[in-house]
Amino acid sequence: MSTPFEELQSRAKKRWEELTSGDSAWIRVGGGTSGQAAGADAVLDAFKSSVESSGVNANVSMVSAMGLMYLEPQVDILMPNGARVYYGNVQPEETQKIVEQHVKNGEPLTERAFAYSGGDGNGVGNLPELNSLPMVALQQRIATRNFGDTDPHDLLQYVANGGYTALNRALTELTPEEIVNEVKAAGLRGRGGAAFPAGVKWSFLAPSKAPVKYVLCNCEEGDPGAFNDKGIIENDPHTLVEGLIINGYATRSTHGYVFIRTGHELPIESARKAIAAAYEAGLLGPNILGSDFSFDMEVSLTGDSYVAGEETALMEAIEGKRSTPRFKPPFPAAAGLWQKPTNINNVKTLSYVPEIVRNGSDWFKSIGTETTSGTAIVCLSGHITYPGMYEVPMGMTIREVLEKIGGGVSVGERIKVLQAGGPLNGLLGEEAFDTMIDFDAMSAAGASIGSGGIIVGNETTNVVDLLRSLIAFNQFESCGKCFPCRLGNTHMLEILDRMCQNKAKSADLALLERVGTSMKAGSLCGHGQLGFNPIASALKYFGDEIKSCLAGEITPGGVFGDGTMILPTRTRP
Amino acid sequence: MTTAETAQSSKLREQIGQVLSAQPQPTVTVLSSLIAIQDSIHYLPDEAIKETATFCGSTINEVWSVASFYTNFRFTEPGDKTIDVCWGPSCHIVGAQAILDSVHTALEINEEGESPDRKVTLKYNTCLGACAQGPVIAINHHLIGKQTPESAAKIARELRGQNS
Repeated sequence: MSTPFEELQSRAKKRWEELTSGDSAWIRVGGGTSGQAAGADAVLDAFKSSVESSGVNANVSMVSAMGLMYLEPQVDILMPNGARVYYGNVQPEETQKIVEQHVKNGEPLTERAFAYSGGDGNGVGNLPELNSLPMVALQQRIATRNFGDTDPHDLLQYVANGGYTALNRALTELTPEEIVNEVKAAGLRGRGGAAFPAGVKWSFLAPSKAPVKYVLCNCEEGDPGAFNDKGIIENDPHTLVEGLIINGYATRSTHGYVFIRTGHELPIESARKAIAAAYEAGLLGPNILGSDFSFDMEVSLTGDSYVAGEETALMEAIEGKRSTPRFKPPFPAAAGLWQKPTNINNVKTLSYVPEIVRNGSDWFKSIGTETTSGTAIVCLSGHITYPGMYEVPMGMTIREVLEKIGGGVSVGERIKVLQAGGPLNGLLGEEAFDTMIDFDAMSAAGASIGSGGIIVGNETTNVVDLLRSLIAFNQFESCGKCFPCRLGNTHMLEILDRMCQNKAKSADLALLERVGTSMKAGSLCGHGQLGFNPIASALKYFGDEIKSCLAGEITPGGVFGDGTMILPTRTRP
Repeated sequence: MTTAETAQSSKLREQIGQVLSAQPQPTVTVLSSLIAIQDSIHYLPDEAIKETATFCGSTINEVWSVASFYTNFRFTEPGDKTIDVCWGPSCHIVGAQAILDSVHTALEINEEGESPDRKVTLKYNTCLGACAQGPVIAINHHLIGKQTPESAAKIARELRGQNS
């Protein structure tokens, strides 16, 4: 007799064969928030009506985005002969032509396509093979392995591509202790920014005999410039759901929460659908896959508050309160959500777990650097030719990512400044571009991988103006609990305002540094403790520019030459 | 309170009561209740605070402390459509300030709030999550990327029913 999981796999195999080896073509439109912002919804509708009016035999579906966001709306067509052709920046007006020529007549529009894959080995026209494009070839996709291939809302497609085999293996072959040890041995460090070893964190929770224990997945991701957490949830939610269930089993927890900010409709919908489908397939709920392990999961929404991403503030928000940080100790593993033992992990951290359990810790450890194994999921935005989301092995240099993958500066002549790892982390100047992407190397350079976001600024970017935007963000988002953070950010913003209006004095620099020191010493969480980082790093890489501004030698340009920028400020009541 | 106001208030209370008890997820809190109400009627009137307090067994004070903390909550009726403009550092670097400025002009306001005809509400957003498509705006949570001051102003004017 076959096991519940074998039955699920055979259904999944059938589904995948229907989609990929029948007589129909499969037209896949890349979705996600970024795809939507580029107009993918209209392209999907246009393909559906073009297929209908042309009377061709084709499946049309919205699938996960590939991460090549500069090509969105991005579409690929898999023909019954196994060749797959990729189109970028597709407009609704051209879907009819693509369907008629490519699907009906079997003649891909090679002048509109950017790559192909698969097929009979003879290629497609003069198109490059997908894996020969540098922005694909240089990636090593683990957490994002299914991107571009599967419909995120179809559990069977996830299973057909190896999904939930790690969970099945965990439940049938491994003890919770063995999984914790495997994650420890893999050297998986938390991807939320703090880089704490995940297996060690899990081992704090596992021994507790409490009847109710929680594992939380943090997808607050309020960092401007970072979209990889939401990217994973909306493009491949089951990899996260599977990771969180394994996290639950390994720590003998009873409940999981996926924590997302309200208003981010696509990731919320995607997480909810994935959880519902997992319940329906017996992957959540009582006696998962016939084992004696039971586990429940739900989505918890927060209101708009950046600090809600801090782990203790996050628990306050799930409890329905103001998301302000708690004092530690007690640490979450001792007394967390509703005072029960709790673990909090970032989306990316959990998304590696299924592949670690499936392929073993040695495999994961072989990727990346000595101190940081695995990959970094880098989000490029700003003045960069190929903005997008790219999963690269740790140890690649920032310059390689910017030039080989990102294609260099998009407008202007050169890249002057990077904002890496979110608004509580630093700015980097050109002398830091050869830094390796690795937790320790980045932190030595005065920045952080943090959330994975890299915002690129060209030579026209005014550093004081950029700093003002970062500090304005931090001021706006201070939760207000600790006054050094609440007032310190406001004070720093006032000074930056003066600098933008050419009214600053050189004594203001010492004042900024004093405020920064107080914030670091007197704040409960990273929001205040790290709040001076942008300015400290700017002084390191752009000291001359800042000092000449303080001396009144230049008026920073920005968009508003007179410095009257309209950034909102607020203090939370 | 006039009779008409009382009638409207009791209708609101009834509507809010239905939203509160229809929350599908197992964990129901003050915050989840406020989010559900705002998703449904797009703002939190006084009735929402009171009904949530009763429903969750909290005090009005506790509910206010939550409602006033999260910046997505609003306490007056919004315009018919909402336009979010991202001002986060990622969009800022590619010109969000100029977008904000042109949308202000198109809506005849100079801060967050409603256009004089109350057809459109402008909201500043710290990050809409599609940084690769920046500068980004959103109409009723639907994102539109690669904006210019002209394109954003055109969208804003169209939302007001004005021909661009």
